[in-house]
Amino acid sequence: MTDPLWQRAFDDYGSSSFLEVLRRQSPHMIPSLAGSAEPGLEVPRGTTVLALRYRDGVVMAGDRQATAGFQIASRRIDKIFKCDDLSGIGIAGAAGPAMEMAKLFQTELEHYEKVEGDNLSLEGKANKLSQMIRLNLPAAIQGLAVIPIFAGFDERAGVGRLFKYDITGGRYEETNYDAQGSGAKDARDSLKKLWRRDMNRDEALRAALEALIDAADEDIGTGGPDLIRGIYPSVRTITRSGFAEASEEEVRRVCEEILRDRTKSEQGA
Amino acid sequence: MPLPYYVSPEQMMKDKAEYARKGIARGRSIVALEHRDGILLVAENPSTLLHKISEIYDRIAFAGVGKYNEFENLRIAGIRHADVKGYSYSRGDVTAKALANAYSQALGNIFTQDIKPFEVEVLVAEVGDENGSKNEIYHILYDGTIEDEKNYAAMGGQADEIRRFLKDNYQEGMVLEQALQLGVRALNVTQNKSLSERDLEVAVLDRSKARRKFRRIPPEALAQLLGTAR
Repeated sequence: MTDPLWQRAFDDYGSSSFLEVLRRQSPHMIPSLAGSAEPGLEVPRGTTVLALRYRDGVVMAGDRQATAGFQIASRRIDKIFKCDDLSGIGIAGAAGPAMEMAKLFQTELEHYEKVEGDNLSLEGKANKLSQMIRLNLPAAIQGLAVIPIFAGFDERAGVGRLFKYDITGGRYEETNYDAQGSGAKDARDSLKKLWRRDMNRDEALRAALEALIDAADEDIGTGGPDLIRGIYPSVRTITRSGFAEASEEEVRRVCEEILRDRTKSEQGA
Repeated sequence: MPLPYYVSPEQMMKDKAEYARKGIARGRSIVALEHRDGILLVAENPSTLLHKISEIYDRIAFAGVGKYNEFENLRIAGIRHADVKGYSYSRGDVTAKALANAYSQALGNIFTQDIKPFEVEVLVAEVGDENGSKNEIYHILYDGTIEDEKNYAAMGGQADEIRRFLKDNYQEGMVLEQALQLGVRALNVTQNKSLSERDLEVAVLDRSKARRKFRRIPPEALAQLLGTAR
């Protein structure tokens, strides 16, 4: 027996989802790489991204390098994307699918906001992202994994929060900090020593950059501050008042400070 | 055997148009005004939760009058159209013109093919950018008729009267405050009381904003702009 017509209005709970709209109207546009990649394929990969909590919210940062095998694929890639006014995503893993996923996720959040006239909760956003990562599982198994960090300001709780993921879409909330990508272990080790509760913005920004510099020091895939070309890590903050970008000028100044301090003390030599 | 009844196509269209017009005339009105910094949309709408004006895309807004469920469906279809297009090409390729055409096709088809026409009129507005592209305002009627409007537009219950008022009083280069006051005066023309900020839903496509130009003006800010703040 078919449902009466009026009942459809209730069954259509996917109607605020952009992904669902694509699935119904243009399924060919849903990014899918299943079956197309060989294991060990040398595609550009984003390397190190990190997020840490501080007093007013979250800092997200990433190096600027994409690496394919032993080659540098790009020196200027940006791996931290704004999702909406109160959240951002940092991508590690296969750069192509990761950027596509970030774009799809941004559209998803904006679509929901416009249709419903209200924002998704941070929990809802994190959950949606986990479903999208799960869609990528066939490609992930073939070596094109996308592993983002998602962070944002939770308006309902009044705090910054961050989430990490695995390739199956598993979602884990981190309370203090996290890093992903090839230099993640080094960045995390660094943050373990540097992170303190209630850091202010400047301290958090410095900790993020120290961790990225450490990652670049130890991991061949991760790019450090490039003083010759003037390329510096990307740093964003997400607080109650929104998503903001730390100016290149400021990032350069802090990077130089760190490098100067290390030269003096012969640390990391 | 009962005889199949015959109604001339002419009569059928006339009946449908009359039906739709009656439905729309019962509703409240909306005006759109171009001003120096963008496009202002003012609706008479005492509800703060059920919107008549909303955002479609970066530079595009939607307004509907008539039957809520009907224009709400059109609004969501518009958001889908814009988001899919922007996702597959680029954000700059989403235009009000394409959207207005889609609305015109949809309403035209419904009018000729369905027993009951939609009792709605919709407005699609796109704000120009700093590089000199112009504002665009499209007004689409219940039967798919589409018009592009300049400087101002009005639709809903007593739109003709409001349009006459705006024709006499509209000036180019107004700032937001002036445009808002004019818009409210225009809506007041058809009333026997004067509208306060609580009876209004107001939004702007603000050219100075980054990327998403649409911005609602909440009642407190509205009272300030109207000069009725206590």
